[in-house]
Amino acid sequence: MNTDTVSTTGAAPAAQPALSADSDYNFAFLDEQTKRHMRRALLKAVAVPGYQVPFGSREMPLPYGWGTGGIQVTASIIGSRDVLKVIDQGADGTVNAVNIRRFFARMTGVRTTTATAEATLLQTRHRIPETPLREGQILVYQVPQPEPLYRLEPRRAQTAQLHALAEYGLMSVRLYEDIAHLGAIARTYDYPVRVNGRYVMSPSPIPKFDNPKMHLNPALQLFGAGREKRLYAVPPYTPVESLAFEDHPFEVQRWDHACALCGASDSFLDEVIVDDAGRRLFVCSDSDHCQTRQQAGHTGTAVNQQGSQP
Amino acid sequence: MNHGHSPAPADALRLRASSLDKVFVLHHQHGAQLPVFAGLHLQVAAGECVALTGPSGCGKSTLMRCLYGNYAPSGGRVEVLHQGQWLDLHRAAPRQVIAARRHSLGHVTQFLRAIPRVPTLDLVAEPLCRLGVDETRAREQARALLDRLNVPQRLWSLPPATFSGGEQQRVNVARGFIAAQPVLLLDEPTASLDERNRQVVVDLILQARARGAALVGIFHDAEVRQAVSTRSFELGAAKSPTFRSPAHV
Amino acid sequence: MTADDPLLSVQGVGKRYGARWACRDVGFDLWPGEVLAIVGESGSGKSTLLNLLALRTPLDEGAVHYALRADGSTPGGLHDLATLSEARRRLLARTDWGFVEQNPREGLRMAVSAGANVAERLMVLGQEHYGRLRGQAMDWMQRVELDGHRIDEHPTQFSGGMQQRLQIARNLVTQPRLVFMDEPTSGLDVSVQARLLDLLRSLTQNLGLACIVVTHDLAVARLLAQRMLVMKDGSVVEAGLTDRVLDDPQHPYTQLLVSSVLTP
Repeated sequence: MNTDTVSTTGAAPAAQPALSADSDYNFAFLDEQTKRHMRRALLKAVAVPGYQVPFGSREMPLPYGWGTGGIQVTASIIGSRDVLKVIDQGADGTVNAVNIRRFFARMTGVRTTTATAEATLLQTRHRIPETPLREGQILVYQVPQPEPLYRLEPRRAQTAQLHALAEYGLMSVRLYEDIAHLGAIARTYDYPVRVNGRYVMSPSPIPKFDNPKMHLNPALQLFGAGREKRLYAVPPYTPVESLAFEDHPFEVQRWDHACALCGASDSFLDEVIVDDAGRRLFVCSDSDHCQTRQQAGHTGTAVNQQGSQP
Repeated sequence: MNHGHSPAPADALRLRASSLDKVFVLHHQHGAQLPVFAGLHLQVAAGECVALTGPSGCGKSTLMRCLYGNYAPSGGRVEVLHQGQWLDLHRAAPRQVIAARRHSLGHVTQFLRAIPRVPTLDLVAEPLCRLGVDETRAREQARALLDRLNVPQRLWSLPPATFSGGEQQRVNVARGFIAAQPVLLLDEPTASLDERNRQVVVDLILQARARGAALVGIFHDAEVRQAVSTRSFELGAAKSPTFRSPAHV
Repeated sequence: MTADDPLLSVQGVGKRYGARWACRDVGFDLWPGEVLAIVGESGSGKSTLLNLLALRTPLDEGAVHYALRADGSTPGGLHDLATLSEARRRLLARTDWGFVEQNPREGLRMAVSAGANVAERLMVLGQEHYGRLRGQAMDWMQRVELDGHRIDEHPTQFSGGMQQRLQIARNLVTQPRLVFMDEPTSGLDVSVQARLLDLLRSLTQNLGLACIVVTHDLAVARLLAQRMLVMKDGSVVEAGLTDRVLDDPQHPYTQLLVSSVLTP
């Protein structure tokens, strides 16, 4: 039974009515022992912000690389009174987001939503919502490679020691090299950060544009990597600093355009090709943010044009 | 020059060897023992220049090297007055010997132990720099001394390895005299020098004596010996006609 | 700590592999600014000793004490290095100590620029200004007589002698007080060796570095070191002032070594 739809013609309903869960499965799919194990690991992660805690990743009904880590984290903390939002690259309507939302709806019967402000639990792949989060919300990130030093030092045993001793010279060397050879630090996504002044962490492949949102965020941020079997956390109001040099400070991406749909000039924009002639538009990557602004009356250049909306 | 001498007052002494024995033991020639001298006593006071004399092979150079701490005595001791205290050169720690050589015990040898590729001027200035003298001043003094020894200016920026014997010796002399230590050991300081430069070296030695240095020297040239030494110290004839110092690196 | 305390104090150190002692009962004190050469042939235990002193291999007997600089958590003075935490020892190895490997490829990051190689220790210590890091890297490259304009090239583009200089700069940038060197000039062409020795000699003197240099080459010992230890079969057979040991060797083995050297 599927009543989970997102309207493509206008404003989507903000929240779906709660479904009854599929009684053939345990609540949220995972067994209670696993959930307890995960919660213990999560508590440890919260106690040591940015530190990668190993966990016993279970077999999930989708392969590695599709968000099993994030799903397991969400599954261990979701409760019947939660309101769940799932996004992928900022949008609620992409295939992955839809599937994961449907999965939880079926496994738990909780209410789902596309409205950031209404959700209590949000799972995301590769973006942080534009709408600022508040205390009491939990953001779960899907992480492919939790180890920020992986490309520089692939050996797990070595990186574990480097983290333990806070020896991050290797990372500084990498950034120095970027500046020496390219004139600036080349990373634009999965940009390494220092959490609570101690651990260097991979924020997952979010664009560096989103990094500042992690800093002193009132929400709890949890990260799960299923294939690598690690989870980590940033508790509310924790300092998160993007690594840089004093004289080459961290800078976010900027566009020369505003969103063609809602006119926002301060959100992360996706470039969309709209016809065979190669005409392109820039639109907000965060679909909820864009729609909310449109409902409030903001418009962008595309809405005034004749012809179809993208 | 007088052969005998009245003992100097104790506070004028700068260098002394007491009951000094030296025997070389050549372990790879079936433990052959080559005695050089035994029970040797020598005391040198400020203002003295003691000429070591004796036939070839009697151990003059060996004694000189014992006085510098380069050879180890088989018995007895060698002491130098360093910063007001008597330092036993062979029982002292290496860093103390190094310090004594910098401040209190200078040495002019026949062989310029050339440090490759260091320019002459820097070689000569080095003993002063090691004493903490400012580099500019040290080089100034080095220039003056090289000039006095008639080492042509065009050679100052070159390492001495390609110089003639006489030129190398003058660099040696400059390096040995520049730090003006209270004790100076001179092993054939005028070897390979022509008359003009021999005279310069004689003047340097007399100047050193005049400022109160205690000198010990081996001078094959009788004229030079006459001109500079206040007394002589005779070592006995060689114990073995085939005696030679062991080869060294 | 008094002004006359040694920088490093080694007492009865030894290392065993099964029943065989590679190195046994070695003791000495090293003062600031002293250069000590450890000479011996293959199998003498000199490299084992160096690795023990530099804390790369655990001791089987004895102790090594080092005069740590006072900082927030440790008072100054001689500390038994075995009591230090792993973190503290690693920090020591990166800041107050240097280790120049025989093969520069093992002491450098070959895939990273010369500048990053030299500046890395500074970055590890928390320096975060790119311009200043680069400036210091260039400065040190020049002090080891490398062309500062090559700062962005990789070590693979440098000759062996230049790689060795780069390794030296990488170690000296934090102004360590003690530098270990393992056959720093072997494997290089003779003329390159000579220039490198000159550099080492002037650096050790000008910077007042204490050094422990392992070498099989007596000429290197004579040029660089004020003191020498001669090792044979894991033990020290003779020790003392370098020129005294080389010019008037007392022990049979030392006499053999000295007389075996070819002079052109």
